[in-house]
Amino acid sequence: MTLLSTRGLTKQYAGLHAVEDVDFDLPQGQVRALIGPNGAGKTTFVGMLCGRIAPTRGTVIFDGKDISTLPAHKRIALGMAYTFQITSVFANLGVAENVALAARRRLQGAAVQDAVADALAQVGLGDRIDQTAGDLSYGHQRLLEIAMGLVQKPRLLILDEPTQGLAESEVAAFKTLIRALSDTTTILLIEHNMSVVMETADVITVLNFGRVLAEGAPSDIHADAAVQAAYLGTG
Amino acid sequence: MSDTAKTAFLHGGLLALLFALQFVLPAYHHGNLARIMVLASFAIGFNVMFGYTGLLSLGHALFFAAGMYGMGLSVQILGFSPAPALIAGLIAGLVVAALVGALALRTVGVAFMIVTLMFAQAGYLTVLYFGSYTRGDEGFVIQQAQRMLWGIDLSDPANRYFAAFALFAVCLLTTLALVRSPFGKVLIAIRENEDRARMLGYDVFKYKLAAVIVSGTISAAAGAAYGLLFGYVGATFASVQYSIFPLLWVLLGGAGTVLGPFIGTLFMFYLIDLSSGITTAYMLIAGVVLVLLTLFAPQGLAGELRKRVWRGLP
Repeated sequence: MTLLSTRGLTKQYAGLHAVEDVDFDLPQGQVRALIGPNGAGKTTFVGMLCGRIAPTRGTVIFDGKDISTLPAHKRIALGMAYTFQITSVFANLGVAENVALAARRRLQGAAVQDAVADALAQVGLGDRIDQTAGDLSYGHQRLLEIAMGLVQKPRLLILDEPTQGLAESEVAAFKTLIRALSDTTTILLIEHNMSVVMETADVITVLNFGRVLAEGAPSDIHADAAVQAAYLGTG
Repeated sequence: MSDTAKTAFLHGGLLALLFALQFVLPAYHHGNLARIMVLASFAIGFNVMFGYTGLLSLGHALFFAAGMYGMGLSVQILGFSPAPALIAGLIAGLVVAALVGALALRTVGVAFMIVTLMFAQAGYLTVLYFGSYTRGDEGFVIQQAQRMLWGIDLSDPANRYFAAFALFAVCLLTTLALVRSPFGKVLIAIRENEDRARMLGYDVFKYKLAAVIVSGTISAAAGAAYGLLFGYVGATFASVQYSIFPLLWVLLGGAGTVLGPFIGTLFMFYLIDLSSGITTAYMLIAGVVLVLLTLFAPQGLAGELRKRVWRGLP
């Protein structure tokens, strides 16, 4: 079953095609990586999926329903969760409160605290629960972003460059986390770290100049000459 | 002591102190404190929007005046007794806040400040325009006979103090409950990072509109009570001055703290009162103190308390 698809999705900025006629299908339960060089339109594309950016034209269908005109908060309520590329936690609030804000949309009362503790433990921030979010290191703020996504128990989790700024050990833990989540959650992952992409993704979509350049299993993408030329390098 | 216990102790303690003070204060300060409690309720309303939701309104005199005229005109023209007149004031404030909120919230930042300022000026001019009913700048007096609430004479200082205290206690406890509730925490989240709150699935416009309505209605309650307790309704209370006062009080006391509005109002009231006893250039003294506070306690008095003593201060 297809959880999310787009048809002819396009975003123009003053004549520049940031994203052009993207047809995209994401089956339920898949881990999909979205890769491409800087400026390929990845963040613009997912921004249009979750409603942060209005498309110039095209449709977005989530769970069989056309959500092209829904505002962002309603799309999130349908079961999407989005983590920001540029860390965007509530810096002046506590770590627990950050996650609780994400949890309270579906939970109430004591259940919130349990869900918060679970989500923070999942990303390895269990011992930071009493800190202020802004006092965390950059890498830990990235993990907090992920916890805020997880606690929503989304049907589709969109992660925009989640491992940027993480230490090696944290990247390894992140891979394990994604593999564990993939049983229950559909994941769309924008990622530059090739080891993360190759080890976690079921299917990879490559964007270049706003268009889909290639799509396929990690091994196929790795072997694709056009992708190599555009992005992976020939070495 | 847990956070909840500390919060109850601190806010309950202030209310107990204010309740007890009425029996010991000399008449002059007794009257001042009654006035301060009503004005602090106005500041509490302002703080819901500015301190907790991050919406800077420069037009809160509109809500204060909506309550005051909603109450005053229904007494003066429709012959209402105080209880229904107070309710009329509350409804006037609620309706005006809902309308202004629905329109002004289409803008953000500086534009929002200007739009609220313009709405308040339109309100002020409306009061002047309908001078045959409102008596414009001159205003009108609400007679002692019209100020009997359930047989209690609100022009009597002891009753007036108690009524002001009751209003203040309700406003204080309402905001305390509000900011500790999930709803209030979403408002704080919007203040901290609106885009993030939206991307957690919260309908940001709806929450901001609710904040404007709560804020406007509390301010209107203060305006209605002020007119009734002190027996006068006039256009000065709709002027820009009364939009700036709550901003000053809240900034001085500590924006985004429950106690801040009261502390700021008390401080500013006595700052002007005491300095005017020393010199005719009392605004100079007030100005210097304000500059010093802005330099050395930019978070306001209660904000400094939060920073230095107790981070969990609501």
